[in-house]
Amino acid sequence: MADKIPVLKERKNFVATRNACKVCSPLGGSIAYKGIKGCVPVIHGGQGCATYIRRYLISHYKEPVDIASSNFSEESTIFGGEGNLSAAIQNVIAQYKPEVVGVCTTCLSETIGDDIGQALRNYKAANADDKSIPEFVYSSTPSYQGSHMDGFHETVAAITKTFATKVEANEKVAIFPGFISTEDLRMLKDILTDFGIDYIMVPDYSETLDNPVWDTYHRIPDGGTPVEDLKLLGGAKASIEFGPILNKGNLVGRLKNKNLAVTGAEYLSKEFGVKKYTVNVPVGITQSDELFKALSEISGNEVPMRYQMERGRLIDAYADGHKYVFGKKAVVYGEEDLVVAMTGFLDEIGVEVILAASGGNSGTLQPEIEKCAPTHGKTIQVMGDLDYEKINELCIDMKPDFLVGNSKGYYIARELEIPIIRVGFPIHDRMGGSRLKHIAYKGAQELFDKIGNAMMEYKQEHSEIGYKYI
Amino acid sequence: MSKYIKDRTSQIVTIGEDQHDLACEKKSAAGSVSQRACVFCGSRVVLYPIADALHIVHGPIGCAAYTWDIRGAMSSGPQLHRLSFSTDLREKDVVFGGEKKLYNALTELIASYKPEAVFIYSTCIVGVIGDDVEAVARQLKKETGVEVLPVMSEGFKGTKKDGYKAACDALMNLVGTDEDYVPPKYSINILGDFNLAGELWILAEYYKKIGVEIIACLTGDGRVQQVRRSHKASLNVVQCSGSMMHVAKEMESQYGIPFKKVSYFGIEDMSDALYEVATHFNDPELMANARALVSEELAILIPALQPYREKLEGKKAAIYVGGAFKAISLVKALRLLGMKTVVVGSQTGNKDDYNLLQKICDKGTVIVDDSNPNELSDFVKQTGADLFIGGVKERPIAYKLGLGFCDHNHERKEALAGYIGMLNFAKEVYASVCSPVWKFIDKK
Repeated sequence: MADKIPVLKERKNFVATRNACKVCSPLGGSIAYKGIKGCVPVIHGGQGCATYIRRYLISHYKEPVDIASSNFSEESTIFGGEGNLSAAIQNVIAQYKPEVVGVCTTCLSETIGDDIGQALRNYKAANADDKSIPEFVYSSTPSYQGSHMDGFHETVAAITKTFATKVEANEKVAIFPGFISTEDLRMLKDILTDFGIDYIMVPDYSETLDNPVWDTYHRIPDGGTPVEDLKLLGGAKASIEFGPILNKGNLVGRLKNKNLAVTGAEYLSKEFGVKKYTVNVPVGITQSDELFKALSEISGNEVPMRYQMERGRLIDAYADGHKYVFGKKAVVYGEEDLVVAMTGFLDEIGVEVILAASGGNSGTLQPEIEKCAPTHGKTIQVMGDLDYEKINELCIDMKPDFLVGNSKGYYIARELEIPIIRVGFPIHDRMGGSRLKHIAYKGAQELFDKIGNAMMEYKQEHSEIGYKYI
Repeated sequence: MSKYIKDRTSQIVTIGEDQHDLACEKKSAAGSVSQRACVFCGSRVVLYPIADALHIVHGPIGCAAYTWDIRGAMSSGPQLHRLSFSTDLREKDVVFGGEKKLYNALTELIASYKPEAVFIYSTCIVGVIGDDVEAVARQLKKETGVEVLPVMSEGFKGTKKDGYKAACDALMNLVGTDEDYVPPKYSINILGDFNLAGELWILAEYYKKIGVEIIACLTGDGRVQQVRRSHKASLNVVQCSGSMMHVAKEMESQYGIPFKKVSYFGIEDMSDALYEVATHFNDPELMANARALVSEELAILIPALQPYREKLEGKKAAIYVGGAFKAISLVKALRLLGMKTVVVGSQTGNKDDYNLLQKICDKGTVIVDDSNPNELSDFVKQTGADLFIGGVKERPIAYKLGLGFCDHNHERKEALAGYIGMLNFAKEVYASVCSPVWKFIDKK
């Protein structure tokens, strides 16, 4: 009989990270680039970065995820990587004929000090006659700064800054939905359409990372926001961004660009005066209401009947199921904005969140949790820059009834023999990670049913009597 | 071939159509979307299964996060290898150096987790900022008495294959450090099996039955103590030769231990592996035992395979795996199921293996080195393959285009080695190729 994965009896803070509760910045950047139509991401660094990130994303999305690498060698590390980057761009153009090439940096290329902006200008100048030259975007995403979420939002901001220019005012609404599931994005698009809102979504990977089957291989998957639309961002009538934290936190260990961190919506507001609405990721009734209120205000339209009905049915379900979840203790972990949203939702259904944990490290998680969770906000233990072993040890001591988070916390739930409600990213041990619903009334309905059913199943399985009615 | 990257045409050969030798062991072209990873990856996969060692990745978080508990490598005892430790370097560490953080991190971890040994993996950034990992390792060994082994696996310093070598170099520092051990009469080491889905345990049972004992497996179900005494074995039996050949050669030159290259996939290669070991010890009893075992196993296996063969006869397969040596076994194993290989390639194959593949495959078969999704998807379409054998990165290509898929990479959860493995393989291929779901996909 094999041993169990070792767990320490002592409780201390380690210098080392034990089972990281985050992945690295270029992964987030690559996902953001996947949300632009015709875009191929290029990771400027060693071959492994692109391959590992592809493997990680493929295991979640169950889709081909092509990401190119500039494939650093010892030479490029010593003499600079511009040659490799330009060879990579050339080969990507030859193979994919992309409309956009999105470059993410890595810890390696940042540390040797490659100037990507200059390299791209040089490439364009050297190929000035070539009509097939795509648009370029680049974002600074070294692995030593923040987590995959910082890379994601830095890249969203870079996309916005690159394409948004002063244009005539238009009727479009800029939507910055943050890192939500492909199904969430599709639901959000339906909602916007039903409100009669013409939108520009940055990014929109709802199709590119969740395609139907193909009869021939698509070198670049269909979908994504076209560059023509991105160029209209400067004239948008309003913007909505999901998440109070994004990449605005002060990243511990960050030495430069501390004040430069700005989100896409903030940039549009500062540069072009686009009115900005910030809402939490809309999970549950309270947080979804905020979104629907903003949409009503922007569109001048009432909430469509379909969503009023969904909301009503959700409240009805809350009433039917409230006893099964009331007073249960939950541990929530994952990306900071997701943790805020989930905690807000759990608080409104009567679950007591005892630990809100993230590998992210914005320094603003605590006040946001207090804001979103009026019942338990003040007593929830909130911890950033955490790893899974620390979460594991806290769970052993705090004895939650269930966990809410991604697949990587499964091993903790397994040892504690408690349910885990899988949300967010990555979902590596179940089907349908890309089809998970989190947002709006429908997402909350699915989450509420899952949690209620998990509690009922637990009770049923641990009961001496095999109740058929519960 | 203009639709592929120009530099890559020498790495693609269609048997009977192209005259050039297949080029291999080259660096991947920038921007090619190679399926290969990096030097670090090569080292990490080879050493990962050593279960009572503490593995720490020295660098920013990505490299550790992506390799946390990814292999299906099983341990019969300790599970320390399944925890992912990292120095998680931040910007200030990159600027001011990470040696101190590494030293502090390991001082704590060694005290708390009491590992038998420590492997420190260097990542790209460590190579650039110039941390003296070897000095930190020496210092820690002196202070704690625990063997601390640096693995020089900076990602940019070559290909995945160079990572295998860096891992082998680290292992060779452990080999031969237990002189007191007295080996049994007929003893071998298994090199290059990683005990994926418990495959080593199947093989160990076979060797035990023919009268041979395994001293150490490098590195499946691995233990530090076994590696230390592995130089006492009479023979090294090497599978996955790409990763472990360096250790085999070093042990031959340092300790005079001969080695044999084998494979455990398919009936022919599995049986040859047992016969070769029996032949080496030149004991008629061992050979008689091996023969008895093989005929006993085949008497069960051959009839059990028959129903699958009937369903799979004439189907076509594409193979894209890590090393070409395994691909050779797979071509033979597929043949046993009545299937034809129409595409075969690998990330890091060498000339000998590719030459052999060209000999055993039929006319029209595409052979490819260091391929990418664009090429692979074209090849499977143009050859009309029904099955793809590969790893996680190849799976969505197969499924998107409506092909069956069999995971033969290091994440597999089904044992595919040995005789029982051949049956599992047939079952898995059948379950995927003959699924009714493909009828909904319109294949043009």
